[in-house]
Amino acid sequence: MSSENAYYVPHDAKWPIVGSIGLTLFLGGFAGQLNGTSMAANVMIIGFLVLVYMMFGWFGDVINESESGTYKKLEDVSFRMGMIWFIFSEVMFFAAFFGALYYIRVFSVPWLAGEGSGATTNEFIWSGFEAVWPTNGPAAVGGEYEKMGAWGLPAINTFILLTSGATVTWAHWGLVANKRKQLIMGLAATVLLGFIFVGLQALEYSHGYNELNLTMGSGIYGSTFYMLTGFHGFHVTVGAIMLLVMLVRSIKGHFTPENHFAFEAAAWYWHFVDVVWLGLFIFVYWL
Amino acid sequence: MNKLKQLFAGGALLTFMSSVAHAEYGLNMPVGVTETSRQVYDLHMLILWVCVAIGVVVFGAMIWSMIFHRKSKGAVASQFHESMTAEVVWTVVPFIILIVMAIPATKVLIDMHDASEADMSIKVTGYQWKWRYEYIGEDVDFFSSLDAASNEARQVGSKIDPSTVDNYLLNVDRPLVIPVGKKVRFLLTASDVIHAWWVPDFGWKKDAIPGFINEAWVKVDEPGVYRGQCAELCGRDHGFMPIVVEVKSEADYAIWLAAQKGEEVVAKMEAEVALVEGLTADDLIQKGEEVYRANCVACHQMKGEGIAGVFPAISGSALVNGPMDAQIDMVMNGKVGTAMVAFKNQLNDVELAAVITYQRNSLGNSVGDSVQPSAIAALR
Amino acid sequence: MTTVTADTHDDHHDHGPAKGFMRWVTTTNHKDIGTLYLIFSLVMFMVGGAMAMVIRLELFQPGLQFVDPGFFNQMTTVHALVMIFGAVMPAFVGLANWMLPIMVGGPDMALPRMNNWSFWILPFAFAMLLSTFFMDGGAAAGGWTLYPPLVLQGGNGFPYMIFAIHMMGISSVMGAINVIVTILNMRAPGMTLMKMPLFVWTWFITAYLLIAVMPVLAGAVTMLLTDRFYDTSFFSAAGGGDPVLFQHIFWFFGHPEVYILILPAFGVVSSIIPTFARKPLFGYSSMVYATASIAFLSFIVWAHHMFTVGMPIEGELFFMYATMLIAVPTGVKVFNWISTMWKGSMTFETPMLFSIGFVIMFTIGGFSGLMLAIAPADFQYHDTYFVVAHFHYVLVTGAIYSIMAAAYYWLPKWTGNMYNEKMGQWHFWLSTVSVNVLFFPQHFLGLAGMPRRIPDYSVQFAEFNMWSSIGGFAFGLSQVFFCYIVYKTIKGGEKATDQVWEGAEGLEWTLSSPPPYHSFTTAPEIK
Ligand code: HEA
Ligand code: HEA
Ligand code: HEC
Ligand code: CUA
Ligand SMILES: [Cu+2]
Repeated sequence: MSSENAYYVPHDAKWPIVGSIGLTLFLGGFAGQLNGTSMAANVMIIGFLVLVYMMFGWFGDVINESESGTYKKLEDVSFRMGMIWFIFSEVMFFAAFFGALYYIRVFSVPWLAGEGSGATTNEFIWSGFEAVWPTNGPAAVGGEYEKMGAWGLPAINTFILLTSGATVTWAHWGLVANKRKQLIMGLAATVLLGFIFVGLQALEYSHGYNELNLTMGSGIYGSTFYMLTGFHGFHVTVGAIMLLVMLVRSIKGHFTPENHFAFEAAAWYWHFVDVVWLGLFIFVYWL
Repeated sequence: MNKLKQLFAGGALLTFMSSVAHAEYGLNMPVGVTETSRQVYDLHMLILWVCVAIGVVVFGAMIWSMIFHRKSKGAVASQFHESMTAEVVWTVVPFIILIVMAIPATKVLIDMHDASEADMSIKVTGYQWKWRYEYIGEDVDFFSSLDAASNEARQVGSKIDPSTVDNYLLNVDRPLVIPVGKKVRFLLTASDVIHAWWVPDFGWKKDAIPGFINEAWVKVDEPGVYRGQCAELCGRDHGFMPIVVEVKSEADYAIWLAAQKGEEVVAKMEAEVALVEGLTADDLIQKGEEVYRANCVACHQMKGEGIAGVFPAISGSALVNGPMDAQIDMVMNGKVGTAMVAFKNQLNDVELAAVITYQRNSLGNSVGDSVQPSAIAALR
Repeated sequence: MTTVTADTHDDHHDHGPAKGFMRWVTTTNHKDIGTLYLIFSLVMFMVGGAMAMVIRLELFQPGLQFVDPGFFNQMTTVHALVMIFGAVMPAFVGLANWMLPIMVGGPDMALPRMNNWSFWILPFAFAMLLSTFFMDGGAAAGGWTLYPPLVLQGGNGFPYMIFAIHMMGISSVMGAINVIVTILNMRAPGMTLMKMPLFVWTWFITAYLLIAVMPVLAGAVTMLLTDRFYDTSFFSAAGGGDPVLFQHIFWFFGHPEVYILILPAFGVVSSIIPTFARKPLFGYSSMVYATASIAFLSFIVWAHHMFTVGMPIEGELFFMYATMLIAVPTGVKVFNWISTMWKGSMTFETPMLFSIGFVIMFTIGGFSGLMLAIAPADFQYHDTYFVVAHFHYVLVTGAIYSIMAAAYYWLPKWTGNMYNEKMGQWHFWLSTVSVNVLFFPQHFLGLAGMPRRIPDYSVQFAEFNMWSSIGGFAFGLSQVFFCYIVYKTIKGGEKATDQVWEGAEGLEWTLSSPPPYHSFTTAPEIK
């Protein structure tokens, strides 16, 4: 890194400001929509489109730079570290929700039910409430509901995600061994499995809302259930789109056995999403 | 800028005057009137003096060095930059000091947590912005809010000088009364948002959390009047929900309690009569105004204008001027997730009927109908 | 703002106004971005300070003279959010941007395009936050700690406030990733970790804190959002949730956050004191370990903000002991600074004055922190002005003082011009006298029983509040003076040498003042 050309510093960057404008329109529109402001939904959509435009442009630039050999070892390491710490920040985001679930189950629900020093709470405010899980709280918020079983769709989804973890690794092997076909097949399978997962998840939500009366408003069980699985589903969708882009790029002939950071980043992300799902399966569905 | 200048000038003057006027202003934590508060005070003084002592050593060394090791005095910099011994010493010594502090702290904490074997229990509920006291097993139950004089003086631009008001912002309409020398257990909760119950002379504060009950206790040594305030931000009038506790001798307390029960009986009987016989619309409106002033103005404001975006106006409200059922439902059951709480837990049938009728026929509304307490009772 | 600084940093001459502006919007240069951050931070300091002035004005006398209590609460809340997320954090990120690549001998930050985005999210986020003042119901008024259920009662501004916080979080996380990658990947050959200046070390650790806790804050405010708009019950007992849950999550973020606000300050002071003592920093490696211990401990003390919520006794004891422990590594730092000064050959230019002010007054704030850590005593202190005094000592005379010190220390390097030393010293003394008049009496107020977050108080508190307000106005005006000094320095002044300070050590002093557009195009030799 000892000469000017050693580390690539792009000259100017217009995409960030586009991204800021898009993000502001999107979130501002979203907020307005939550307040019931008219037209806000349109602002939100425009913001979203600007963000999509930004991503196309930004990643497009990066892909061009990458394919034209602008990046060398050092840049590659920067990208890798960046991705790893980004994923770590996502882990902490999920930790907040897992932490909430833990706290609710171990501390607040038992307290409401009179355990520990909560005896008076149960005596004076919520008499008769018992600590069972799942619960929609002492006021039975949202009415009667049924728990989402672990061994139906969720088990199938677990299987699907685990399989997709394997296929993406298989695709990686193909890439490293310069077997393009294996790369493309593996990626295609992964993307497909990813979208099937999302589809099944949607099916499960519809089952919850329509048949089980299990909604976000079903007390703390409904809240934690939909927040955790919902954010996970969102991350699966993002991951699948990332992999889809990798698929398209592979078909276009991008990536070499030595230089394929973007592919690996998407794969890491996919594994992260996978691990989170295992946590969900155990703590949200099963236990 | 002119205003500022005035302020400065006025400030300097006032400072001199007020230092004469309030010679007894506090500098330190009150010692208080309970065993707990004395323990806490001692603990506070202990840590304070330890910190002062460490401060003297640390700042002393610094100042010494600043005086004698300056370049202008010709000091030449030595180049030492490491000493394992020093590092170990100033890791271990503070650690030992901390242990010395932690021991009494632990002891006091354990004492404070023990609310068992109380002589009586009072349930304290925080509301926006008043306190409710229920004497468990005694059938005594009342609200306590900022007294009228302070309330008038504290309005923006009231032009009333706070120093002319008795116990400005620290006075209530109905104080809590407890007996001296008895262990009184408090069960703290809230109806809307988190509040905190704090009387400095008792040595602690504790949060009142909606849906949960926290326990705390006092055993006061001397009769007297002790004042405190809500200590957790609870919205617009957080600064205006004081606490006053009158600690009476056992005999006086018994007298007070009996009188209190009498009052509650009378009030109940009146309500019963009204329930059966009904009230005229005028009576309802008149009573309704009282109820409105006591319970609703904090949010919906004196003239019913509300505060845009937070508290809807009552004047001209579509809901108030529409079918009565919706309004009754709103007032009785409140609206979950907003500051509008269910008033059926706070007001009796007469009061509810009165305030609903009042809102429909006053504050710029003139629907012209009224509702009887019996109709409210039927909806409970 | 663009035109002012454009002259100083742009050594290309032929740029029209349009290009001049776009340069700042699209720049990927760490120094440009650092400058943007610093200017943004100064603007936000003024905005947050103006709100503090409203607070002090209303509290000048008992009685409500100027503002509605609801508006007062908005002032308190947004004052804190603006100062923490808008003034102090961006100031430190600005310093990091300017100094880290230079200090490790690299050409720029590792991820320059993302660096631009980290900054350019902020003006939008704060525009969104401040715009809530003009909405129905006004800005957030539930305190910067955003406790439910109160915060859920907000008006139309509520979702905008939440999303503004999300945006700040995105910006901080990207900034922190950039810092970590820069430090790990851009060091000149020979710059081993244990040779890095302490400012680099403290920022390295701070960046980890940021990545670990900003997403947690994002999760917490997201739950607020769904509780308000999507019927979830995270913080409502009726549905099985718990308002205290929010406090746990918030403070799991919030406590490390206060160390995010102070660790880089430790780094700054550790750079400045050796320079003016003309003596190497005492106990370099113990400084590094102390910083790491503070960071570690900061994750297990959060509930000291919640001693009064009614935790089981085991919990209270644990959090009390853990909190007290933080005094040990922090003490190590203080003792090391003093030992650095000891037997040095000291001069007292403005950066040194602010650093010494920092050490003394931060320690005072640390002592009151230790008092707060004693759980049974905190039952009295909690939510009173004693707490307000504590955190302003560590934040204003801590974090802000270190930023001032850094500004005076490096301004000559950044601009190529010396600031006016006499004015700098005046600024220091004016600030130091007034800030103590401002915050010291608040200790007494708190002990005597004045709760925080109240717009009006009983007459027994009148006197100290008046002192505090007078100190506040004086401190505020002193900071206007600071702006003037900075402006003058940017505009011109005596030319600074490359070395600037006689005793200064480190790579930044080997570059010209101001440094070339690309810092180290050839990696420097590390001794
Ligand atoms: C820069 C920010 C910063 C820093 C560095 C600190 C540092 C510390 N803080 Fe502070 N704190 C805040 C910012 C900060 N705090 C804020 C913003 C709040 C309020 C939030 C809100 O509610 O709005 C708060 C509130 C707060 C509380 C909650 C009070 C309450 O609400 O009731 C507590 C309680 O334990 C606490 C403790 C401490 C301790 C023990 C330290 C320690 O790190 C201090 C350690 C330093 C020293 C002790 C001095 C130097 C040491 C020596 C010279 C060694 C020898 C000393 C001894 C052995 C005593 N702080
Ligand atoms: C880094 C953080 C930071 C900083 C720098 C400050 C700086 C200041 N703070 Fe603040 N403050 C907090 C963080 C900070 N604060 C937090 C976290 C809270 C808790 C909030 C809560 O309870 O939720 C708080 C709360 C708080 C309160 C308690 C409010 C209450 O409980 O109701 C008060 C009251 O005095 C106060 C005062 C001040 C003052 C006078 C300054 C001064 O240092 C500001 C000086 C700067 C200027 C004044 C700007 C420059 C000048 C101008 C813009 C020109 C105008 C000047 C004049 C007219 C003189 N702050
Ligand atoms: C702590 C604040 C608070 C207090 C005290 C309060 N209210 Fe309300 N009130 C509200 C809020 C907030 C709403 C809006 C609820 C919503 O979102 O629909 C409301 C709504 C109403 C409405 C419906 C108005 C409309 O147009 O939708 C009526 C009627 C009403 N309140 C009556 C009362 C009465 C009667 C009292 C006193 C006995 C009272 N309120 C006390 C906060 C309060
Ligand atoms: Cu009730 Cu503050
Ligand atoms: Cu803390």
